[in-house]
Amino acid sequence: MKVNYLMPEFLIDRDEQRCTHCRICVHQCANEAHLWNDKKKIVYGEDQNCVNCHRCVATCPTRALRIRNYPLEYKNNAHWTPHYIKSIFKQANSGGILLAGMGCDRPYPVYWDHLLINASQVTNPSIDPLREPMELKTFLGRKPEKLSFQNGKLAEALPPQVELDIPIMFAAMSFGAISLNAMTSLAMAAKEMGTCYNTGEGGLHSSLYQYGENTIVQVASGRFGIDPEYLNAGTAIEIKIGQGAKPGIGGHLPGEKVGMDVSQTRMIPEGSDAISPAPHHDIYSIEDLRQLIYSLKEATNYTKPVAVKIAAVHNSAAIASGIARAGADIIVLDGLRGGTGAAPLRTRDSVGIPIELALAAVDQRLRNESIRNEVSLVVAGSIRCSSDVVKAIALGADACYIGTAALIALGCHMCQKCYTGKCNWGIATQNPKLTKRLDPEEGAERAANLLRAWSREIKEMLGGMGINALESLRGNRLMLRGIDLSERDLAILGVKAAGE
Amino acid sequence: MSLREGEVRIPSGCAISGIMNRKGYLFSGHDIIQSIALMHDRSNGLGGGFAAYGIYPDYADHYAIHMFYEDSFCREETELFINDHFNVEVGGRIPTRKVSSITEAPIIWRYFVQPKAEKVMEMDLEEDEYVARLVMQINAKFPGSFVVSSGKNMGAFKGVGYPEDIGEFYKLDSYKGYLWTAHGRFPTNTPGWWGGAHPFTLLDWSIVHNGEISSYDANRRYIEMFGYKCTLQTDTEVITYLFDLLLRKQGLPLKAVVTAMAAPLWSNIERLAPEERELVKAIRTVYSPLLVNGPFSIILGSRKGFVALNDRIKLRALVAAEKDDFIYVASEESAIREICSNPDRLWSVAGGEPVIGLLEGVEEL
Ligand code: SF4
Ligand code: SF4
Repeated sequence: MKVNYLMPEFLIDRDEQRCTHCRICVHQCANEAHLWNDKKKIVYGEDQNCVNCHRCVATCPTRALRIRNYPLEYKNNAHWTPHYIKSIFKQANSGGILLAGMGCDRPYPVYWDHLLINASQVTNPSIDPLREPMELKTFLGRKPEKLSFQNGKLAEALPPQVELDIPIMFAAMSFGAISLNAMTSLAMAAKEMGTCYNTGEGGLHSSLYQYGENTIVQVASGRFGIDPEYLNAGTAIEIKIGQGAKPGIGGHLPGEKVGMDVSQTRMIPEGSDAISPAPHHDIYSIEDLRQLIYSLKEATNYTKPVAVKIAAVHNSAAIASGIARAGADIIVLDGLRGGTGAAPLRTRDSVGIPIELALAAVDQRLRNESIRNEVSLVVAGSIRCSSDVVKAIALGADACYIGTAALIALGCHMCQKCYTGKCNWGIATQNPKLTKRLDPEEGAERAANLLRAWSREIKEMLGGMGINALESLRGNRLMLRGIDLSERDLAILGVKAAGE
Repeated sequence: MSLREGEVRIPSGCAISGIMNRKGYLFSGHDIIQSIALMHDRSNGLGGGFAAYGIYPDYADHYAIHMFYEDSFCREETELFINDHFNVEVGGRIPTRKVSSITEAPIIWRYFVQPKAEKVMEMDLEEDEYVARLVMQINAKFPGSFVVSSGKNMGAFKGVGYPEDIGEFYKLDSYKGYLWTAHGRFPTNTPGWWGGAHPFTLLDWSIVHNGEISSYDANRRYIEMFGYKCTLQTDTEVITYLFDLLLRKQGLPLKAVVTAMAAPLWSNIERLAPEERELVKAIRTVYSPLLVNGPFSIILGSRKGFVALNDRIKLRALVAAEKDDFIYVASEESAIREICSNPDRLWSVAGGEPVIGLLEGVEEL
């Protein structure tokens, strides 16, 4: 008998007293963790298939379901933890690369949680956002070193800017990786809140052209869905060099996800794999990047800022400085914890560096070189809440992207199984039976609410610091103190220790 | 030992006052001392100072370098450097009189100098920039030596004590100028260092300031990109450099500078006429790191006049008045009425609205 070494990860605990065998969970679970026994006329669970996405728990009308970690204890071993043992079982079985969805989940330090924010007391009044105006407006794009005037007028027009009402945008997630309903939700929410969402590398669905002013269109190594109309559709263009979840690695959308809509939007044949090479094959150096930046500027007649997105890696500061000098108007840094639809697990969990450190290093380097004003700095990968945003801005970011947080607002329960295409919440899937579970109007409302709530919280914290415009927080590292950090960490973050 | 400015950031509350005669008529320091003295309770005896313009007509074309030295060794060292870079016309002690409350004064010296032409050429700089860089060099590289002021036909007089005592100490009633500003300080701890008192100066600029800005580090980190070194960690220092960058180095009109530093709210910008709106929007977009946030009222003095400014939501008091050719600004109305009991016009200055006092015939600061 062949024994499966892998035990289930989760245990489906069905309260037989409560269960009416209505079969709702059977219909709701695309992973087939709930099955119907027609002979016995009962519903039963297949623990092995459960990914713990909570869809069944949330939809069960009698609250009969609980999902638990599978109660299987390995002999204690601080080194050979169950994670490594199970990984080896899987790979010995399949010979394949381990895949994962979402971002790195390892217990590396989260620097956001080691930074504390200041508030005014006595010498400087705090400001009440309910009584006083509190401004979050943000402009992304190159700022000249100085303005010149002629007869009281501007001698030269400003370079193009993206105008945001709040410093939070929705990060790049492609149509293909997420459903059209998810994308539409984000596009509508971005419009509602005066910010932007990002197309990701999958082109722009024809139904989304109407949100152009709130769209950042991405150009990645696969060049999917790119034509002049696409480039001119958004308010800015983002060249994706790398992604925090999988620095140095390309992308692969399996053919089964390339249905008619995706195929048309990506401009590739239906059912064909969409492969994004690891590098752009026309960018093997910084000079090549410059050429692409300027080709895109030419194609859009210098009316759109061009952003370049890189994963936060060891040498980010020098790379960012090169990108600024290559003519980019915005640099996007995506940190170690940035999410993805699918990434090799080992890459996801051990390549790259935390965004907090990369941000601090890049901002400081650009200042040392006196070119900080020539680019805007947007950070992505790990932002969980409004105080993370405040800390990022104080470290020097102009704005943040949120991806994972945005999907959670739409209903994602962080099961990390996005790469299977069976997202029960209708987000990371193209299966029409699943995607229809996400109503774009409702999704938009929830995503907009999240931004609204965070904006309110940011205003509270700003007012507490005696600041009434976000720009006065930007790079204002005196507003931060580090707690439980080494001297070296403090030096890299450019903050003092709490109590100093 | 307590830390001095530059080693620690010390928040302060304060009083400020300024008087100018638009026709350039010279008057003694008596009035400004009386005005700042009335606001005695707004300072705590840990810092007071004055800036005076028009006081050195005999050396009007020389840079007047006012210095503090901790001891004569510092002075000798620094003088070697000064002699190396400037032709010194005259140098000597600044006259002072004994005041019982003023103790532990440093050695206070002044020099009237011209930059050495060949050095200026060699460094390929404008004279002003040459002087500004040397001033920053002295402050950074000569411990125990501090440049108090470095402009032409002007000087700063400051120290640890109540401002009225400092005025007495420096015999300011014996000087005559057309523009005077004054400062009384209420620092939250006791640095006891004369250099840390206001006004802070660079070339012709002098700043007296009341408030604690919350944008300090955002402003500092931006300005340091342009070669400034904020060694004192004070608001006044960073504000002086902001003005110096925008007015002197970038040649921006004063109105644009005020718009950058005390920017109108976006909701107000939206209501402007289209052309004006574009302009203000551009200024706020490009110079957003220079927005000075949090409570402040400042008086920026220069050879050509002054500008007084409040933060944009008016978290600090500032009052202005006019009488004939005189224009007054102060933290409190009483400080103006004390020396001008019956002004032609007196008003409370709105947040972000500058009070500009320019000498007759001058258009920009
Ligand atoms: S949804 Fe709930 S009640 Fe219905 S079959 Fe599943 S567990 Fe039982
Ligand atoms: S998007 Fe869907 S599949 Fe991915 S983690 Fe969230 S719930 Fe799971």
